[in-house]
Amino acid sequence: MSIRWACCSLLSLSLGLSVSAAAADIGLIKTSKGQVTIEREGGTLPGTVGTRLQMSDIVKTGANSSVGITMDDDSLLSAGPNSVLSLDRYAFDPTTRNGRFDASLNKGTLAVISGRIAKQAPDSMTVRTPTAILGVRGTEFVVSVND
Amino acid sequence: MTDRIVRAFAIVATCALLGACASSGTVVLLPEKDGRSTAVSVKQGDKEVVLSEPYAVANATATGPRTYQSSSQEVEAKFGSALAAQPSRAASFTLYFVEGKDEFTEESKQVVDRILSEIARRPVPDVLVVGHTDAVGTDAFNDALGQQRAETVRAALIRLGVPANDVRAISRGKRELAVPTPDGVAEPRNRRVEIVVR
Repeated sequence: MSIRWACCSLLSLSLGLSVSAAAADIGLIKTSKGQVTIEREGGTLPGTVGTRLQMSDIVKTGANSSVGITMDDDSLLSAGPNSVLSLDRYAFDPTTRNGRFDASLNKGTLAVISGRIAKQAPDSMTVRTPTAILGVRGTEFVVSVND
Repeated sequence: MTDRIVRAFAIVATCALLGACASSGTVVLLPEKDGRSTAVSVKQGDKEVVLSEPYAVANATATGPRTYQSSSQEVEAKFGSALAAQPSRAASFTLYFVEGKDEFTEESKQVVDRILSEIARRPVPDVLVVGHTDAVGTDAFNDALGQQRAETVRAALIRLGVPANDVRAISRGKRELAVPTPDGVAEPRNRRVEIVVR
């Protein structure tokens, strides 16, 4: 019985480890002003400078707040006040530079300087709003979504 | 013709009923730093426009994206806060090795000082060491060689005080030749390590 229990806990421990290893860091918060939070797996974390981001994170800013993020492929994303930015899908191979980056702005303002993923292949990076899908063929643009 | 009017009316009516189209979006293309050509496509349902001029705008409307021309002043007024939050762009440096040795050339030793001050200047430094090779050998061989060069430089940066957690070594192998050559050509200027400070 106790052996079986030990096996189970070992198994769950190794599963837990593999899950956290799979949730790789894809970006880093470089600037943070006012109220910035990250929603991850049902919880909320403070979005302070130095916080590492993962795929599926939702970054939120409050009034008079802003956040600046560098992604692993050198993309720069920054959001103004009252914004909701979701990092829906991200994959990047630094050796081949092949990858895929889909983000959504559900609310607020966003400035984008695209990085290696968009440079390697046109339309491999998209930004969605509630009404439109943007295909990134150049580098710098801004997006807003009004309430 | 009447079909189109009916359809447009239907979209407007749906928006009014559901409030689903209330959140209208705006996209503005910004100029590239070095004046190169740029573009963003904006797709709304089956309608698509491509913005290719600096300060070109696409506004989402019930009948599809509508374009017009904006200005840097308008962009600053609406997006000033988001633009001010933008992190510094990556800075890139290149180090060369004395042929056949794990030792930097004299010029590259000076570059190391500049790299260290760039790292010190950044709030949360994040350093990528990228190994490159010349075009002699297979991809697999050069990926391994590039990785080895990058690891050597990563270790050197750590010895100079850069925290190990902040430096990552990767290889591009022979995919990004500084001096373009046919495959199989030995070229010392392609045997280099690039350091990207973010």
